[in-house]
Amino acid sequence: MATWIFLIVIVVVILWAISAYNTLINLKGQTVNAWKQIDVQLKRRHDLIPNLVEAVKGAMEFERETLEAVIQARNQAVKVQADASPTGGVGQLAAAEAVLSSALGRFNLVVERYPDLKATSNVGQLQEELTSTENRVAFARQLYNDMSTTYNVKQQQFPWNMISGLARCEQVELWEITDDKERAVPKVDLSSKPKQ
Amino acid sequence: MTSDSNLFAQQKKNRRRSTILVTIFVLFFAWVGFGGDLSFYLYTVEAPQEAYHHTIPWFGIFATVLGLGMAYFAWKRGPKQVLWATGAWELLNPSKPEEQQLVNVIEEMSIASGLPRPKIWVVPDKDPNAFATGVNEHDAHIAVTEGLLATLNRDELQAVVAHEMSHIRNHDVKLMTLLAALVGVMVLISDGAWRFMRFGGARSRGGRSGSGGGGGGGKKGGAGALALIILVLWLVSVLLAPIISRLLALGVSRKREFLADATAAQFTRNPAALAAALRKIEDAAAPTKSIKRGTAHLCISDPLGRRISNREGFVANALATHPPMALRIARLKRMAYQYDKTGVIPEEL
Repeated sequence: MATWIFLIVIVVVILWAISAYNTLINLKGQTVNAWKQIDVQLKRRHDLIPNLVEAVKGAMEFERETLEAVIQARNQAVKVQADASPTGGVGQLAAAEAVLSSALGRFNLVVERYPDLKATSNVGQLQEELTSTENRVAFARQLYNDMSTTYNVKQQQFPWNMISGLARCEQVELWEITDDKERAVPKVDLSSKPKQ
Repeated sequence: MTSDSNLFAQQKKNRRRSTILVTIFVLFFAWVGFGGDLSFYLYTVEAPQEAYHHTIPWFGIFATVLGLGMAYFAWKRGPKQVLWATGAWELLNPSKPEEQQLVNVIEEMSIASGLPRPKIWVVPDKDPNAFATGVNEHDAHIAVTEGLLATLNRDELQAVVAHEMSHIRNHDVKLMTLLAALVGVMVLISDGAWRFMRFGGARSRGGRSGSGGGGGGGKKGGAGALALIILVLWLVSVLLAPIISRLLALGVSRKREFLADATAAQFTRNPAALAAALRKIEDAAAPTKSIKRGTAHLCISDPLGRRISNREGFVANALATHPPMALRIARLKRMAYQYDKTGVIPEEL
């Protein structure tokens, strides 16, 4: 009798271990997949920017500085992206992309000052593409953060944590903004004093 | 994690409901056929030797095969059928800016939900509305009207698409499409039955007055009465089936609108945009003409423009395809913390 109970317990434990192992592997796969999604969208963003800059260059001779900033931030982001992965470099990439985002924000503001530009060329179209790409990056990030949080929590929870070593689970980094400048509340100056 | 297990439970429930629905549909057809056979058999069992005896249930076999065939057809081709009925065309090469925006928004939402990109359709109709259909997440379709593209801004369009994507993710689309297709068939049969009743009833009244004097034997009465009871049961079930099936369709769809609204807010993290979109769709109160009664429960807002959707209460609950719009908007606004200032949620008044 005792042997039977012992055997049944063993079998139950083994079955549980198999299913827990598969759950963890599954989560790992989903996290990696979510990361790939971010990668794809960032690449899309990086490919779009030269086109956009090219399209507005002629009309925006005076805004050379803004254009330069965008190009520079983009090149920096491309460089960082090359060696980022869920287990390392997420923070640096997030910071680089945040710099690029703020450069693009300034760029969009400047474009608004040239209404003719939007009407006559394909800049309006490119801006829609840019908006969409920004959203894609944001949603891919959201999916990745949700996935990796689930993954991180699961592999630490008891009793899954006994299996996580076997499934070669590692804590993955969330996509977070670490730069204090990004977090800061924007200052709004409503005084009617003219600039310069 | 809890939201994940809720999702799986929801998907499982929907799959089970689809199976139950199809089973009931086929059983109904079998009953229509075999019930007819039984009453015909009882009617002819006492007939003279050389007269026709209905012993082989041809009607039953035929009706069951027909029901199976239609269920299979609805299962496999339901989405195509629904799209075809609304006159939608597939958006393959976006040419106008708003079409490009729609494609972009749908791609964004497929990233947010982690689902493959559904096929995109445009319904040529000026009234803003949208629906999703499909078999599973790999074969899914989202259709929006031209009016929706013209009325909503980017954020609102995104919210509506997110709502439809959540129907796909929750596996609502299959059940709802099945309902649309099968309810359509039921309605068709019932219309036919009513017409047959009117036509056949007139004829049988004439027949009875002619043979009334003939009289029936004492023994024939038992079988005759049984035949009559079964016949009445049979007729009542055939005539009521479409009404019941429509109520079923409505009940099934109302609950999942709230769930889809909530999931949409989870995808876009912007419930205020969905509330604004629903408000705009509601304000454009004209009925969506291209969407027929049978597919009403698929849409984001009741396409028939019925005021009953705006009331709460037992009758309204039973007859509306959608929960009251004000209630949906109130719940979304609460998610967006838009009631913080007044501290009053209309729903709780």
